Amino acid sequence: MLKSRFTLTIYISRALNIYFAPFLAWGVGELKGKPLAAVVSAGLSKFGKRDGFSSRELFAEAVLEAFERCPNLDPKKDVKGLIVGSMNESFEHQCHLAPIMSDWAGILPVPASRVEVACASSGAAIRHGLFAILSGLYDVVIVGGFEKMTNRTTAEATEYLAMASDFPFEQWNGATFPGLFALMATAHMHKYGTTEEQMALVAVKNHHNGALNPKAHMQREVTVEQVLGSRVIAKPLKIFDCSLISDGASCAILTSVEVARKYTDTPVYIIGSGHGTDAIGLYERDDLTSLKSTKIAAKEAYDMAGLSPKDIDVAEVHDCFTIAEIMAYEDLGFCKPGEGGKFIEDGAPTLDGALPVNTSGGLKAKGHPVGATGVAQLYEIYLQLTGQADKRQVNGCEIGLTHNLGGSGATCIVHIYRRG
Amino acid sequence: MSKDAPFTVEQFYKFIGERKIMGVKCNKCGKILVPPRPLCPNCLSTNLSWIQLKGKGKLITYTVIHVAPERFQHLAPYVFGIIELEEGVRLPGIIQGVKPEDIKLGMILEVDFNVDIPSTWPQWPRYFFRPPQHP
Repeated sequence: MLKSRFTLTIYISRALNIYFAPFLAWGVGELKGKPLAAVVSAGLSKFGKRDGFSSRELFAEAVLEAFERCPNLDPKKDVKGLIVGSMNESFEHQCHLAPIMSDWAGILPVPASRVEVACASSGAAIRHGLFAILSGLYDVVIVGGFEKMTNRTTAEATEYLAMASDFPFEQWNGATFPGLFALMATAHMHKYGTTEEQMALVAVKNHHNGALNPKAHMQREVTVEQVLGSRVIAKPLKIFDCSLISDGASCAILTSVEVARKYTDTPVYIIGSGHGTDAIGLYERDDLTSLKSTKIAAKEAYDMAGLSPKDIDVAEVHDCFTIAEIMAYEDLGFCKPGEGGKFIEDGAPTLDGALPVNTSGGLKAKGHPVGATGVAQLYEIYLQLTGQADKRQVNGCEIGLTHNLGGSGATCIVHIYRRG
Repeated sequence: MSKDAPFTVEQFYKFIGERKIMGVKCNKCGKILVPPRPLCPNCLSTNLSWIQLKGKGKLITYTVIHVAPERFQHLAPYVFGIIELEEGVRLPGIIQGVKPEDIKLGMILEVDFNVDIPSTWPQWPRYFFRPPQHP
């Protein structure tokens, strides 16, 4: 008995070492160029002001779509684990959310846990789903995210969102969340000459895409003049530079590469995963015009996928504020540092441009129920790579990328996907 | 006395209440830590000492906050920025005594204090920045 237990321990530690060592090291070793896991289905609730619906019902809505898309899956028999992300328990006065979501998804008693890294919470859920599959422990897991926000007043929601920044120094001494991104915008404008008009173009593009997305919170176009003339929140950011306070939920069914074809003929493979962490306080970071966490996460994901920025056909990036999308173009290597403003001005990230970004409408127009966002980005890339994105379909796309920020950039999670 | 005080956020604000901006100096690698912490993130040394900072620096970026949290609504719109102190460390804070249209990157600012202490947690006073009174 003792001997067999010992052997089992050795076996597990060897297995974990083989699978986790490359993840933990800076290099990506033997995972390079290989699919890490497959997305065999995904679901998304309608985003918006969903009066009367709490996060558990929105999550059930997302899960139901994922189950319907995947008739070969027997949820009660096949699903081995659930990992969800959400940001703030204060919105619904509810913590211990993972078992609730497992119950409302109809998959009790599978083990369920929740991960939290602010707005990157469900990006982290994807990564933890990969860990679960790559360890060999589970072959099918559901990853997802959710947030119920519109039940609160704007003042309350603003306060809860600010909790993603440093309390004792930033919040205590007058920072707001838009204020922190405004500090980055001022620095970017000063260093590179980026303009408010260029930032407005990001909003115009994302609202255009959102108008084509039936699940988007705000399905209407805006003009540069409307953005520039809108109410100032934190100079130079106006209300149309800011993402929306929304209700919503997202999920995806991940499987090991070996079993993926049992469930679908059109899997999407996750081929790169990166996670960068930086100081919580913006004031502690050397460079205010770039996010180091994005650069670290992107490098890890690109190296693992064996790809470079020029290989990306379509991307969903974290446009919590328009300046954040401009900085993402630069930090993800879509353009050179300082050229993010020109990149949008030249039209490259538009739906018919060279590298369409935020075809879903992004956080700006699709909405930003913070915990749902990471997997909602995966959902859009899943639709794009399986040819299901309807009016916003990017023709012939093979490789997609998601970029999910937490807070003012203390967390960044990047994933790269390939059509199966 | 200050050398023995714990290297905590709570202690930082006790010093603010005494109208002092204090940082922690790592005696091994020389790095100045603001916020204070019990472990040098640069070299992992615990050989640390409190040092007083001059409280003077330059503005490296700013915003004007129009939509403010409840506790700052009486000030809105107010200027908020990041100040790089002469010792090389940075602090975020509200800038008073300058009109938003007169703010310039690189301008010299000095720390000042509002030592009122709230009755509930966190019982911390506040610091803010303003132009030097005796330039």
